[in-house]
Amino acid sequence: MKKSQKGFLQMFGGKGRFRHGIHPEEHKELTEHKAIRRIPFYKEMVLPLSQHRGAPAKPIVVKGQDVVRGEPIAEAGGFVSAPLHAPVTGTVVAVDRLVPMPDGKKGPAIIIRTWPSSTQEILYSKTVDTDAMSDDELVQAVQNAGVVGLGGAAFPTHVKMKAPKGKNITTLIGNGCECEPFLTCDHRIMLEYAENMIKGIRLVMQTSGATKAIIGVEDNKMDAVHRIREAIATASGDNSDITCEAVATCYPQGAEKMLIKSLLDLEVPSGGIPADIGCAVFNVGTLAQIGELVPEGRGLVERIVTVSGPGVSNPGNYLVPVGTPLPYLLKHAGAIEDPGMVILGGPMMGAAVATTDIACTKGITGVLVFGQEELPSPEEQEEMPCINCRACVEACPMFLNPSMLGRLSQNDRYEEMASRFNLWDCFECGCCANVCPSNIPLTQLIRVAKGGHMQRNKD
Amino acid sequence: MDASLTITSATVFMAALGGLLAVLLVLANKRLYVYEDPRIEEVENLLPSANCGACGQPGCKAFAEGLVEGKFSPSQCTANSADMNGLIASTLGVGLGAQEKKLARLACAGGNHVAWQRARYKGLDGCRAADIVAGGGKGCSWGCLGMADCSHACTFDAISMDDNGLPVVDEEKCTGCGDCVTACPRGLFSIHPENHKLWVACKNLEHGEAAEADCDVACNACTRCAADAPAGVIAMTNNLATIDYSKNDKLTRQVTDRCPTGAIVWLDKGKVHKGEAARKVLRKDALPVAR
Repeated sequence: MKKSQKGFLQMFGGKGRFRHGIHPEEHKELTEHKAIRRIPFYKEMVLPLSQHRGAPAKPIVVKGQDVVRGEPIAEAGGFVSAPLHAPVTGTVVAVDRLVPMPDGKKGPAIIIRTWPSSTQEILYSKTVDTDAMSDDELVQAVQNAGVVGLGGAAFPTHVKMKAPKGKNITTLIGNGCECEPFLTCDHRIMLEYAENMIKGIRLVMQTSGATKAIIGVEDNKMDAVHRIREAIATASGDNSDITCEAVATCYPQGAEKMLIKSLLDLEVPSGGIPADIGCAVFNVGTLAQIGELVPEGRGLVERIVTVSGPGVSNPGNYLVPVGTPLPYLLKHAGAIEDPGMVILGGPMMGAAVATTDIACTKGITGVLVFGQEELPSPEEQEEMPCINCRACVEACPMFLNPSMLGRLSQNDRYEEMASRFNLWDCFECGCCANVCPSNIPLTQLIRVAKGGHMQRNKD
Repeated sequence: MDASLTITSATVFMAALGGLLAVLLVLANKRLYVYEDPRIEEVENLLPSANCGACGQPGCKAFAEGLVEGKFSPSQCTANSADMNGLIASTLGVGLGAQEKKLARLACAGGNHVAWQRARYKGLDGCRAADIVAGGGKGCSWGCLGMADCSHACTFDAISMDDNGLPVVDEEKCTGCGDCVTACPRGLFSIHPENHKLWVACKNLEHGEAAEADCDVACNACTRCAADAPAGVIAMTNNLATIDYSKNDKLTRQVTDRCPTGAIVWLDKGKVHKGEAARKVLRKDALPVAR
């Protein structure tokens, strides 16, 4: 950023912040000081084959086979796909049982019965020398480790590790914003696994060709900023090509386009990807896992999940083996018996689930439990007509017009939304619906329009 | 004196200008004239102007052009009444043509009295909206959500919702235009000729008890219909009976006889006939939300 732009104009944007956005109540105090704790292994693990974006994994084990913890049990079903590893030592009891998925559909899953007497050590690993590996070998190693975006998107990480053809990645961005209320898993990762994270950043810098790395952290987590800066200083001295910067606490700071704007004052073109302007954004948890797993040749078998919300008596950040059934995790965290609403992910972008009878997958950042009495009453939620107050327009970080999009969606005018009002630039952060004084479910209307538009284009 | 001169000159000038432009227009009309068969407009006026797309054309105008060119036969317009189509045929001096009536068919019979709800969905009304939020509240993740997206989408008012929250297609009004096919987020509607009488009213991919736990009338993949049908007509794919309609004429109503849940049905003249072995559904009220 040029010097002349600093000062007064910084009020409207510039370094460290982006324009628009909202400030929801954080509720992070419930769990932010709670150290990560492992939960016990459940007796039966459920591993859906489609835990990530892209093609589902293909099972490579058969019913009745014994597996050790960390052993691959399913291979990637294509380039945009990730393999699965056994989260426990045990016996495979099914490879294609249909189980409910977080998105409400049912999908095939591998079921493993845990051996009760096993020590559950990770025996399946092979230490490798990452310095001697070529870029392609490293990318392959990350795919073999089954690492996907742990910030919630679950997009296979190795796909982003190399610049697409004709594009150059110069800056690697570590995303430690965690702007969603309640969630603190990334905060704890930055505090407890900062060294692994730096290792992961080095590996990703190597494959992507990035010459510098910036870790962006919201300024409500200054302890994490200091901790990371210490770790950087220990690992590579004071003048490192890795830096850690605090950015304004504002939702949705953790969206990659917002974070790039805040850190570099650059804008990703409409319909483009960060690589178009030389950036690649990775969640800090993902980077920590890369740094931990790849040098040891292991696979992703557990992740950190924040269990929080008013309906939980023992909220915390739990190290959960992938495939642990949600009811077991909730019981462990002391959740109430008859919750009014259970949300996977944060309250802004996460989705309520129709049943808790699902398994923890790689993409689950948090589980929030609310009692019946905490839910807003139907009167509070009653939808009223739009009063043209432009609150949604001022909240939208993508500078869209949510009010107009909502109205068009109600009238099924999806094509117009896409061609004239940039429907596909919306990443569904939920700011518009959050600020709407008339309780118009704008985000939901936009999501309906996206689904409808896609369906019409298909026909 | 001055005033009258001004008025006269202005009038003359404007008249001359008008005349000149009129001549230009006449010339342009002659030079740029495009001949359009007058029958196209005549036929278009006899079509229903619904622009529904059931004929496979983008609208009635395109269909009218095709009719005059002889590419289509009048009966391919399923939205029109038979009398009007006959009028078109006599206007154009062509045969009416034979067109099988096509209907929208719903591959679900799980009304709220037979299919379990696992959660209460609160929020934006509509199937697609509910489907995005963890698949709505329905226990069966393939089944009809019952929020009438198809009914709203239907141009011909042919779909109504019954007491159990299932859409019912009025076979008289349905033109087979396919709007409901696009509207349904779960892809439960498809367009079939009227003579496809055997129908699997289920999309549940679970097997056995797991399927019946979702819904009393689910296909539990018992394979009895496949065994009773002529060889190779009914196949079980992903725990669901699928009918090969290219061998439709071999199918009889007997195929449905041993179906224990009544998922495979025989549709005839707007009536749904279940097999003899199908359990009778006596429940009338909606099932409670299971937790």
